Amino acid sequence: MIIGLDVGGTYTDVVLLGDDGIVRANKVRTDSKALFRTVQSGLDTIIEGIPPDQIRRIVLSTTLTTNAIAQSKVSDVGMIVSAGPGVDPEFYRTNPHYEVISGSIDHRGREVEAVNAAEVEEAVRKFIEKGIRHVGVVGKFSTRNPQHELLINEQIRSHFEKVFLGHQISGTLNFPRRIATTYLNAAVYPIHKQFFEAVQQSLEQKGLKIPIHIMKADGGTMNFESSMNFPAQTILSGPAASVMGSLAFAFDDEDSLVMDIGGTTTDMAVLVNYVPVLNPLGICLGPYKTLIRSIESHSIPVGGDSKISVQDGVIHVGPERIGPAMAYGGPAPTPTDALCIMGQIKNGDRNKAIQGFQDIARGLNCSVSDAAVRVFDQTCRMILTEAGVLLNRINQKPVYTIHELQEGYQVAPRKILILGGPAPYFARHFEEISDFRVGVVPRWDVANAIGAALARTTCEVSLFADTQQGIATSPEELFSMVVNRDFSSDDAVQTASDLLRQKAVRQGASPEELIVEVIENQQFNMVKGFYTTGRNIRVKVQIKPGLINEYDAIAGILSTE
Amino acid sequence: MLKARHTTGLVFFPAFDWAISPTHPEREERLLYTQDQVFEEGILDIEGIQEYKPELITAQDVQRVHFCVPNVADVTTESHFISAGGAKTIAKAVMDKRVERGFALVRPPGHHAMRVVHGARGFCNINIEAIMIEYLRKAYPVGRVAIVDTDCHHGDGTQDIYWHDPDTLFISLHQDGRTLYPGSGFPNEMGGPTATGTTINYPLPPETSAEGFLYAIRNVVLPILEDFKPDIIINSAGQDNHFSDPITNMNFSAQGYAELTRLLKPDIAVLEGGYSIEGALPYVNLGIILAMAGIDYSRVTEPGYDPDRLRQTPAVTRSIQRTGEQLLSNWRRRESIMALVQNGQPFSERTRSIYYDTDNITEKQFETLRICSECSGVYKIDSSADGGRRILAVHVPRSACRKCRSLGYEWFDTADKRKFTGVYLQDRSDDTYLQRP
Repeated sequence: MIIGLDVGGTYTDVVLLGDDGIVRANKVRTDSKALFRTVQSGLDTIIEGIPPDQIRRIVLSTTLTTNAIAQSKVSDVGMIVSAGPGVDPEFYRTNPHYEVISGSIDHRGREVEAVNAAEVEEAVRKFIEKGIRHVGVVGKFSTRNPQHELLINEQIRSHFEKVFLGHQISGTLNFPRRIATTYLNAAVYPIHKQFFEAVQQSLEQKGLKIPIHIMKADGGTMNFESSMNFPAQTILSGPAASVMGSLAFAFDDEDSLVMDIGGTTTDMAVLVNYVPVLNPLGICLGPYKTLIRSIESHSIPVGGDSKISVQDGVIHVGPERIGPAMAYGGPAPTPTDALCIMGQIKNGDRNKAIQGFQDIARGLNCSVSDAAVRVFDQTCRMILTEAGVLLNRINQKPVYTIHELQEGYQVAPRKILILGGPAPYFARHFEEISDFRVGVVPRWDVANAIGAALARTTCEVSLFADTQQGIATSPEELFSMVVNRDFSSDDAVQTASDLLRQKAVRQGASPEELIVEVIENQQFNMVKGFYTTGRNIRVKVQIKPGLINEYDAIAGILSTE
Repeated sequence: MLKARHTTGLVFFPAFDWAISPTHPEREERLLYTQDQVFEEGILDIEGIQEYKPELITAQDVQRVHFCVPNVADVTTESHFISAGGAKTIAKAVMDKRVERGFALVRPPGHHAMRVVHGARGFCNINIEAIMIEYLRKAYPVGRVAIVDTDCHHGDGTQDIYWHDPDTLFISLHQDGRTLYPGSGFPNEMGGPTATGTTINYPLPPETSAEGFLYAIRNVVLPILEDFKPDIIINSAGQDNHFSDPITNMNFSAQGYAELTRLLKPDIAVLEGGYSIEGALPYVNLGIILAMAGIDYSRVTEPGYDPDRLRQTPAVTRSIQRTGEQLLSNWRRRESIMALVQNGQPFSERTRSIYYDTDNITEKQFETLRICSECSGVYKIDSSADGGRRILAVHVPRSACRKCRSLGYEWFDTADKRKFTGVYLQDRSDDTYLQRP
């Protein structure tokens, strides 16, 4: 059996999945000040009376790192940054202890200027003086050649508890994001480590010596050990867990929208052939633009509890939520009240909802029941309009070849999967006002925990070959090999795929479920004068997000429940 | 947090799957390292910088500018439609005020493509700036346009297209035509009899450095722009004046290009040539983008940049100053020069031979312009090229008077079908493009 646990803002959901589907599902209140206790109480209820040897895997998704960053409760980090020519790296300062040193690598990975050991020494001295124990080292173009970062690491690592190197994060070229991501990894490392070590101990005390997997923002998982090198990848894993949960109930392989309609917000994502569309670069969280791979999502401040107001005859839905619907004792009218008045939601206090809608009806110059219908209709239309914004953003993603511009896949979902409390009511009206076919995820209340439980390990590898210089490298894997002029893009894909499989297994995947997907494969002839002097090859491969194979059966059972 | 002082739109279309031939300078690899640099610098994440996906132009967008022989499809590829489309996308974003300025980093280039197109010249098939400008004139209230061409090669295609248009100021700064392709672009090339003075050619001696370029911009280009009062300024931003460019002999730098852009303040820049794809383009493009967006570019320096070694000689400085004085004097006297050129004649005729180096075609043109006092005048071109094609092309200008317009249609209707393999009419006054047979 598998345990899936998702710590949300208000509730923590836990499911226990067995061969026959959901064995147990539970909800406990999240105590954001005591997340570890929350996790423990969630686990206690779910495994009570289950023999420990029956449980084979546990996957956790938490708001731990997201909250820590949002509330600036992270530890001090020392950043060492080397940039060379270009934009002033001072613009990318992430924190007070940010030292810019000399040293530069160019776009082909050639050294332009060496690192100055004395400057590094000086930075170390400053950090030690401030009591800093975690350091990030980032160089421009370190994904082309990590030599400078490695050299600095050699020089400084004995002075600190842990050093994070920029090139290990991702093969994607984006120096400012590499700086921000390296910083975040270092900044959340201590709390992440403390928390998950506590979880591991607590599981062991219960007799559960099983691998712990941790949910990432891209809808995949990583194991406990690799999370220690990339703790920031757990940021915003909650919405990803919901999307993965809805995947178990997807109609078929056609494009579909996933909408999680909550009280305050509605979150949307897109599935193409059972795979969520990923953001091309990474998460943006507060001031940080990162290289943390994530599901492309769109969150709007419209939900069941959004405050409704009318100004000059125009209905406004949201953006704020003041409290629950009036039908449930709240202070302001909401779309949920509209549903009560329309007689669709039956368990609320309809009279209170009607009371709340008096002003709205007056403002719209119509009856209360008409006002309710109009408010609900507008709420639905706003959500659909925003879905269009998300689709447009995905389809407008720039491309760089004629082939992609002509043949590039355009997402055009005709189906929506909805999760959330008022989902069934929205589903009906969406079908009335649009051409979408709409389905409600059956166990939406614990879809996030199901998603966590069933998500597979994901990862990505980039390989860069320059046959003129005679090298193929994947700096994030610390891989480098000598190649001759015949090294082709097929060879590059093969090499990258091997590296990817090794990485996936290291991060917790089972070897038999690895499906490698090539997401980038470009080859350029390099010409000097009028002669071809070599090939420049760029390859990127990934294990894409999806559900683990062995539990296809479970997903099948779930979707017919 | 890094923020653009001027919101700036970018279209980046490196056409990674298109080349003239595998080892040609205009090949897949050309913008590869520029892309690496732009991506690694995180330029597209900067607040106020917006990347757009290029749209495709239509055949009519091409016909608005060119007479394509035998037709649009036969002298273009998909890549040209995207490249020109990238410029059009940026121009629309600027005109719709979604951004203040824009830069189309696209290939293939276009500034050697002339009014009549039998094939490719100087790596260009269709003129992407002209296609963009004529689209703007159709879709927006744009009348007066200034084009400043800072490619190292004379922008002879753009010059040809706007030769008879007094509402388009074309200024080309380039390496002296006696030392470089296409061998034209001298100060005495000033525009046709009805548009004398609005074509300005500023040839610069080989080994001109930043000092010379910036002198030309400050002392000649900017005052003339001030005088002309364009609705919009376009920069044909070729980057082959760079000291490391393999096919030219100039000593310009990334810092210099950025400074030039800061001074010129173009509304729209369009990439033209530039073939030092590793040593120059990544840094020059970065400098231009930062300068357009109003972001500090003082740290953008390319490997091997040494301003002392690139300093121009006093002789070069003197030559640039002399040319500048001559151009300013021409500009001030342009009306009297125009009267001299017109010499009271009703028509003006010229015969030319045009060589298409990329496709190895020679074209002969015989052009007849009606010198009109009410508009810039209708003209026709009798063009024959190797391979036996001979066409008659009639151009009716945007602001054509009634008389010129009807003369244009008369030329088109009465052309001898036995003499020509095709007869074309380009009526810009009501956006009509006809061809027979």
